[in-house]
Amino acid sequence: MPNFLRYTRSKLQNWPDVLFRGVTRLSALFVLILLAAIIGSLVMGSLPAIKTFGFHFLVSSEWDPVADQFGALTPIIGTLVTASIALLIAVPISFGISLFLTELSPRWLRRPLGIAVELLAGIPSIIYGMWGLFVFAPLFADHVEPWINDHLGTLPMIGSFFSGPPMGIGILTASIILAIMVIPFIASVMRDVFEVVPALLKESAYGLGATTWEVVWNIVVPYTKVGVAGGIMLGLGRALGETMAVTFVIGNANSLSASLLMPGNSISSALANEFNEAVGEIYTSSLIELGLILFFITFVVLALARFMLYKLAKREGKAA
Amino acid sequence: MISENAITPKLIVRDLSFHYGNDRALNNINLVIPEKKVTAFIGPSGCGKSTLLRTFNRMYELYPKQKASGEILLDGEDILSKRQNLNALRAKVGMVFQKPTPFPMSIYDNITFGVKLYENLNQHDMNDRVEWALKKAALWNEVKDKLKHSGNSLSGGQQQRLCIARAIAIKPEVLLLDEPSSALDPISTAAIEELIDELKKEFTIVIVTHNMQQAARISDITAYMYLGELIEVGNTDTIFTNPKRKETEGYITGRFG
Amino acid sequence: MFTLYTRRRLINWLTLGTSSLAMAFGLFWLGWILFTLLQHGLPGLSLAVFAQNTPPPGSQGGLLNAIAGSLMMTILGTLIGTPIGILAGTYLAEFGQHGWLAPVTRFINDILLSAPSIVIGLFVYEMYVVRSKHFSGWAGALALAILVIPIVIRTTENMLRLVPNSLREASAALGTPQWKTISLVTLKAARAGILTGVLLAVARISGETAPLLFTSLNNQFWNSDMNQPMANLPVVIFQFAMSPYADWQQLAWAGALLITFSVLTLNILVRVVFHQQTSTH
Repeated sequence: MPNFLRYTRSKLQNWPDVLFRGVTRLSALFVLILLAAIIGSLVMGSLPAIKTFGFHFLVSSEWDPVADQFGALTPIIGTLVTASIALLIAVPISFGISLFLTELSPRWLRRPLGIAVELLAGIPSIIYGMWGLFVFAPLFADHVEPWINDHLGTLPMIGSFFSGPPMGIGILTASIILAIMVIPFIASVMRDVFEVVPALLKESAYGLGATTWEVVWNIVVPYTKVGVAGGIMLGLGRALGETMAVTFVIGNANSLSASLLMPGNSISSALANEFNEAVGEIYTSSLIELGLILFFITFVVLALARFMLYKLAKREGKAA
Repeated sequence: MISENAITPKLIVRDLSFHYGNDRALNNINLVIPEKKVTAFIGPSGCGKSTLLRTFNRMYELYPKQKASGEILLDGEDILSKRQNLNALRAKVGMVFQKPTPFPMSIYDNITFGVKLYENLNQHDMNDRVEWALKKAALWNEVKDKLKHSGNSLSGGQQQRLCIARAIAIKPEVLLLDEPSSALDPISTAAIEELIDELKKEFTIVIVTHNMQQAARISDITAYMYLGELIEVGNTDTIFTNPKRKETEGYITGRFG
Repeated sequence: MFTLYTRRRLINWLTLGTSSLAMAFGLFWLGWILFTLLQHGLPGLSLAVFAQNTPPPGSQGGLLNAIAGSLMMTILGTLIGTPIGILAGTYLAEFGQHGWLAPVTRFINDILLSAPSIVIGLFVYEMYVVRSKHFSGWAGALALAILVIPIVIRTTENMLRLVPNSLREASAALGTPQWKTISLVTLKAARAGILTGVLLAVARISGETAPLLFTSLNNQFWNSDMNQPMANLPVVIFQFAMSPYADWQQLAWAGALLITFSVLTLNILVRVVFHQQTSTH
C-alpha cells in the first residue's frame, strides 16, 4: 500500500519549507518547459522548410541540395524499415534471454548474467557502429550476402528485397547492428516485467505439474503481456532514434531502393552526416524538420510504451 | 472514570473524534492522562489505539484527508487548535515507533539531530546532552566507544533504545510509545520495559501495546478500546483483576484463557 | 498419457534450449565486440595517446585534447544536470501525490529518458549555438546535461520511494521542518541509490556522440576554453574511423577501447559496490 506523505501547502510550517517546495516544484516544471522548448525550437527551425515544401516534404523522395529540393520519404522509410527489421530479430531473442534470466538460470548465475546483459546495453552506440563497419560488414558481404542473393533473391515476389551487390553495408546490415544494440534494452525490461509475476501464482501452476515452458507461456506471458508490449515499444523507440550504430553501416544514400542489401538512409544518420555541412536556410531547415519528424515518431512510440508499462504497474498495485 | 488517587492531569482529551476520509476511527473519546505515570492503550487491532496516540502529536497531519475534532488539552492548552505550532508541539511530545527508525547518520548525530533544532549548545554541552540521553536510555555503556558509528550498525534492541534516547534528548514532557517492543526479541523487550519504568520518573508516558501482559507489567493506568470507542479506563490493577465492563473482561480473559 | 507427457517434455526441452541459445547469442556479441576492441585498440594504445593532441592525417599524435574535452564536458554536464534532477525527483517523490504536475512530469520525463539524443543536439544547436554564433564546449555540456536530468530524476524518485515512511514520521515526531527532514534524513537515506543513478548517467553521457556533433563539434588542437569548439572522444572516434587514413583509424580504435572500458568499468563498479551497500543495511 504505497501511501506516501503528502505535504500540502497549508501544512508547511515556515518559509524555508515553502521555499524548498517551490524550488523542487520549479525543477519538476523545468522538465515540461524543456519538452515545450524542444518542440518549439524544432518547429521554429523547420518553418522555412514547412513553408516551402508543405505536406509534399513527407511524400517526396527527392533530396537535392544543389537544386534546394528536399523530401523526407527516403530517410523516413529507412528509419521505419531498419527499426522494424531490428525488432523482428531482437524481440524473440530478448524474450529468450529474459526467460533464461528469470526462470532457467541457476541462482548464482543470475546476477553475473544480468550484469553482462546490462553491460551490453552500456556499450556506447558508436562502438556498435564502428564494430559493424570494420568487423561485421566485411564478413557479412563475403559470407552471408552472396547466400542471400542466391537463395532469397531468386524467390518470386519477395526476391527483389534480397538482391543486390554484396557490399556489406546497407539497410539490412544497419538493421542487424540495431538489433544487437536493442536486444539488451528489451531483454532487461522484459526481465523486470517477468519478475513482477507473483511467485505464488507460478508455484500454483508448478504445483499442478506444469513444465517451466507451460508456466511461462500460460501464466507469465498472459499476466505480463501489457508490460512485454511496453518493453518492445521502448526498444522500438530506441531503435528509431539511434544514430551512431546506424550511421556507420547504412550507406547514407538518399535513394529509395526495394532491396534491403542496398545502401539507404535514416533520419538520424542523415542529420549526423549532413547537418554540419548544410549550407543555406532551406537545406538546414529541411534537416531540422527531419529531426522534428523523428521526435514526433519516437514521442508517440515511447508514450505508448510508457502507457503500457504504467498499466501493468497499476494492475500489479491492485493485486498486491 | 478517572482514578480516585490525587493526580495531576497532563493531557485531557475531550469529545475527540477522528476521521480517515469518511470513515470514523475514533468516536467521542474522553480521557485524562496523568502526569509522570505510564498510561497504556490496549485493544484488538484496528480499535483506534494507535490513532488516538497519533493525535497527541498530530502525526496524522502528514497525511491527507485525516482529521481530528474535539479538544486535546496539554497543560490546559488545546493542541488541536489551528494556532498550535506543530514543531513546538512535537518538541514537547516525543514519539517512538513500532520499528526502530535510526536516521542514516552516526549514533552521535542521531541524538544531536533533534537537539540542534531547538537549542544552540556548544560542543561541551552537546556532548553532555548526548551522554545524558544515552544514559537515560540505558545505552551509554554499549555505545560510548563508538559514537561515530552508523546508527544502523546497532542491533534491533539497541536501535530502539537509540530512538528513545533521541526522543528524550530534546527533553519532551510527554513520551508516546507506539508498540515500541513489538519488533524486538524478549531480552530487548525486557530492557525496554525496565527503561520505561525508569523514565516515568521524569516523563509522562503513553504506550500503545498489543501485548496485555506488557500493559499489566509496566502501566499505572490502562485504557481498553474497541472499535474506536474508549470502553473502560482505570488503574491497571483494577482493569486486569476486576474490570467493570463485560467487554473488557471478555477481551482480557480471552487473551489470558 | 505417455505420449502427451513426452510431447510436453519435448516442447519444454526445445523451448528452454532455444532460450539458453538466445542467452548464449547475447553473450556472444558482447564477447566478440570486446575482443575486437582489444584486438584493434591495444596496439594503438601508447603513451602518446595520452600525451599528444589529435594529429593531422599522416603524422603521429594522440588523443589528449579529446580526452580532456570529454572529461570537461562530461563533468560539467553532470554538474548542471544532477541538481535539477535531484530536486525534480524529490518533488515527484515527496510532494507530488496530488495535482497534475507530478504525473505529467513523470510521464514526460520517462519519454525524455529515451528520446533520440541527436534531437537534443539539434535543440541545443537551435537554442544556443545559433544564438551565440559558434560551436562551443558549453553547448556540448548543456546537451549532455539534458541527457543527465531524466536519468537522475527517475532514480531519485525511485530511491526516495524506497525510504520507509516510518523514517519521515520519526523525523517529524522530533518537530523537524519538512525541508530538513527531506534534505537531512530522507535524501540522505537514499544517497547511495541516487549516487548510483548519477554514475550511470555519467556512464551514459560519456559515450554519447550524436548530441555533441552539432554542439561542441570538434577541435584539432588543445583547448580549455569552454566557449570554443571542443574536441571530445566520441566525435573524434567518429571522424577518424570514417576517414580513409590508417593512423587515424588506429587512433579511433584506441579511443574506442578507452571509452568502452571506462564506461563498462563505471557500470560494473556501480553495480557491484552499491549492490553490497544497499543490501547490507
